[in-house]
Amino acid sequence: MSITGSQIDGVAVATAPAARKRRLSKSLKKRLIPWLFISPFIILFLTFTLFPMLFSVYLSVHEWNPVAGLSSMEYVGLANYQLTLTDPWLWQSLYNTVWLAVVSGVPQHLLAIPVAYLLVTGLRGGLRHFYTAFMFIPYITSTVAVSLIFFSIYSANSGILNQMLLGLSDMPVFSWFFSWVPDVMPIRWLTSSDLLKPSIAMVVIWKYTGFNIVVYSAGFLTVSRDLYDAARVDGCNRWQQFWHVALPMIRPFVFFAVTLTIIGNLQLFEEPFVLTQAQSGGVAQAGLTASYYLYLVGWQWLEMGSAAAISWILFLFIAIATSVHFYFNGRKGLGEDR
Amino acid sequence: MTKLVRLLPRISMQAFLMVSVCITIFPFVWVAMMGTHSRSEIYSSPPPFYFGTRLLENYEKLLEVMPFWTVLGNSLLVSVLGTIVTVLFCSMCAFGFFAYEFRGKNIVFGVMVASMMVPPVLTLIPFFLTVKFLGILDTHFALWFPTSANAMGIFLIRQYMVTSVSRDLLDAAKVDGASDLRIYWSVVLPLIKPVLATLAIIVFIALWNNFLTPLIVISSPEKYVLTLALRSLQSVANTPWGAVMLGTFMSMIPLLLAFLFFSKQMMAGLTAGAVKG
Repeated sequence: MSITGSQIDGVAVATAPAARKRRLSKSLKKRLIPWLFISPFIILFLTFTLFPMLFSVYLSVHEWNPVAGLSSMEYVGLANYQLTLTDPWLWQSLYNTVWLAVVSGVPQHLLAIPVAYLLVTGLRGGLRHFYTAFMFIPYITSTVAVSLIFFSIYSANSGILNQMLLGLSDMPVFSWFFSWVPDVMPIRWLTSSDLLKPSIAMVVIWKYTGFNIVVYSAGFLTVSRDLYDAARVDGCNRWQQFWHVALPMIRPFVFFAVTLTIIGNLQLFEEPFVLTQAQSGGVAQAGLTASYYLYLVGWQWLEMGSAAAISWILFLFIAIATSVHFYFNGRKGLGEDR
Repeated sequence: MTKLVRLLPRISMQAFLMVSVCITIFPFVWVAMMGTHSRSEIYSSPPPFYFGTRLLENYEKLLEVMPFWTVLGNSLLVSVLGTIVTVLFCSMCAFGFFAYEFRGKNIVFGVMVASMMVPPVLTLIPFFLTVKFLGILDTHFALWFPTSANAMGIFLIRQYMVTSVSRDLLDAAKVDGASDLRIYWSVVLPLIKPVLATLAIIVFIALWNNFLTPLIVISSPEKYVLTLALRSLQSVANTPWGAVMLGTFMSMIPLLLAFLFFSKQMMAGLTAGAVKG
């Protein structure tokens, strides 16, 4: 656009039509400028989000192996959906996903809220920052690296976790609680179908609790001292201050953090992928999450059509979960604009 | 004695927090230690919980199984380039939404906000196909470019502009004859430096740690990024665990170092969405 503008500038020598043309081009230019500024978003959105989404609708009713090229695409109607919905692995993966979302999601918040409250009400700025900073570190490290580390910690025969449990069963006081340990050794954290999911959940909890602590700390910091003082004057003890004063005040933060947890946990991929060594979801597919299944179908079995169908099923799933959450908690969470 | 009883809650709280911190950093200590042991030492029972002497051997072994420095360079290239372009694009778009009134603005803005709700999993397969059509499969370009004008970043910057750039200032600059580009570059950008830093932190960490996109886009080993290369070592026969742990530890060092110096900014940046409500 700027090129045409300058060309016209060059020719224009105050003749009437040229001047009008120039004014016209100027207003056109003025109207175009905002679009030029937002063009990166528009171009990238159309190319990498909108087109792919529409294409995936189209793809989900076709059978196609990407290796064979575009011509091998074949219309199959709803067969992909039918095939997918009758695949027991899909249901297994959805079950695993929900199981992991709940078991790795709930404890994060049950741990993070009281810890953040303790940190904010009990410690001064410097020390508080020291603790929260340490607890935040897992969040900034790559999930793959973290999962590799836990893969070695969980190792059945020589992993430090099993060795520590054995050590505890030898110690004077703890042996009471850990006397069962030697009988069940070696505990196969990652290669038994009962323990795989809890093991994955522990990694997720370890990685994201610190993030939630920081979010909730920011939340508790917004509660003014005066409120606590007023509550104390009214005869509230510390627990009541927490339950009746602080907790209602951080509802928007809880809402935000829980939303992030739901969306993130329903798409869990890297932890199970690495902890099962990328082998079809581990023993008895106990670690096969929905995203993992999607990856298998699309990139291992090369059935892009079915994979597209799965992504729509998964999308529906996430949409339902988040709207249920919005419906029950949304009014409380977002209702009162701070 | 009564003093001790009074102090008990404080002491137990400190103890509890110390234990949490220990649990948090234990895997990092563990990986650093394992990086200094040989495979057979790691597999001994009980495993050694102290620093060993095989650091150099593990380092040589690591270079044998993966071109560590090339891969590290790839990760750096993708993350740095992606961060710069993302900050530029997002601030441009945010400026467009902030400084002008034009027909269709509300629609585009609404679409943008809605697109934040689309789970990335949904677009994964068609994204892969688009990348394939465009002929940028197996390039680093496909790792950072597609997300370089993302809705989250634009939204974040625009919200910041609303609170920290006054419209009077824009009008004044216009009256003084500043061009649109100049207003954006010399008037607005300097005013929003904090949010640019925030976005840069978020994007850099996201790109550095990204695994899924490289997994489906990159296929030649010399183009691998750190996450992908480390993961692929799991499938090497007789996995040299000492070397893998060393590589894992080395891959985390850049971010850990950055966090040591900028922990306040990084924590504030990564939780920005929450704190702004």
